[in-house]
Amino acid sequence: MELFLIFISAALVNNFVLSYFLGICPFIGVSNKLSSAISMGMATTFVMALTAIVSWLLYNLILIPYHLDFLQIPSFILVIAALVQFVEMVIKKVSQPLYRALGIFLPLITTNCAILGLALLASMRSYNFMESVIFGVGAGAGFTLALIIMAGIREELDLADVPKPFQGAPITLIVAGILALAFMGFAGMI
Amino acid sequence: MKKRVTLLKEFTKGLWEINPTFKQILGMCPTLAVTVSAINGIAMALATTFVLFFSSLLISLIRKWIPNQVRIASYIVIIATFVTIVDLVMKAQFVELSKALGPFIPLIVVNCIILGRAEAFASKNNPLRSMLDALGNGAGFLISLFVLGSIREIIGSRTILGYQVMPNGFEPWLIMILPAGAFLTLGLLMGLANLYTERKKNLEREALIAQYKRVGREEITDEVLKEAGV
Repeated sequence: MELFLIFISAALVNNFVLSYFLGICPFIGVSNKLSSAISMGMATTFVMALTAIVSWLLYNLILIPYHLDFLQIPSFILVIAALVQFVEMVIKKVSQPLYRALGIFLPLITTNCAILGLALLASMRSYNFMESVIFGVGAGAGFTLALIIMAGIREELDLADVPKPFQGAPITLIVAGILALAFMGFAGMI
Repeated sequence: MKKRVTLLKEFTKGLWEINPTFKQILGMCPTLAVTVSAINGIAMALATTFVLFFSSLLISLIRKWIPNQVRIASYIVIIATFVTIVDLVMKAQFVELSKALGPFIPLIVVNCIILGRAEAFASKNNPLRSMLDALGNGAGFLISLFVLGSIREIIGSRTILGYQVMPNGFEPWLIMILPAGAFLTLGLLMGLANLYTERKKNLEREALIAQYKRVGREEITDEVLKEAGV
């Protein structure tokens, strides 16, 4: 039950994009086409789940026992960068179609603050191993959901007559604001 | 041939022309997240500027020794070092602010402004210019965060920097201090900034065309307009 609550909280109530403002760059950058939004969401969820596992192991088995937790920031970012690189190589070797679908999005994920934010939040809240993994998957699912909804809206928005100065990023932010309002409806769930 | 840019210009261009928030659209996450109040925005911008300044300086100093293939990784390690310094100092000295900003201080590492300036500027220019560029961009970021934070604080909680400015009769708009308010305010501000830039460009363009007409020389061409950047 505890785990289920963590999942719902990360995916809906405290959605990473719409209430923690993590991963705004890809949210604005990659949300103009539904197909790329789905690929980006999947790639990010996958990396988030892996990051949750690896950063938990790193933090609790190496940094804490040796009193190295002041190295948290550099070590997390390096591990994430290495992880993304590794995932990219594996996917390239294992499945060419998947690589073509996700390939160009993977390097972008390294600088996605949602990934580092996930690792930092999980260690700040001192989640145990299982909780961290569920938190990672939930956050990824929430990110994907927000990205897909946004892409759907933006595909419709292309047909709308938006005033010129508001085209692009400004209207996207305003739509995101309205979406954030809608997501506030989930606040009563927990 | 690269145009010579004066040292003053290296600094002032960050304030508006390439303002990180409104023009480059970088560093959106902290911009949206911490601007619940003006003071949070200022603290965040100062922390970012500190990291930006020192990492730009260091990267610029050692730019000739960093192998091209591993430059991004080197930049990230340098940036992460300075972020750790800021994080630990904030935790020790400004406990309240550190709590309010939460994970967003460590997240300065992945703020694209810093990596962007490192890659686009500090890796190609001498330390003096890099420092000025970093300070200019930091100041531009500070202005954006302060404006955004002030608007949200004034309308959302009637105060600015903790002092009440709106009368008691004014009902605070709760939405402004909620996440939705951040998106809406930034979206509107960005639209206004674009509108202003476009107006200014049109005026400059008309002035140039008028000038050409007055001199009575050949018809103005698209290339000339492009050259003048209008």
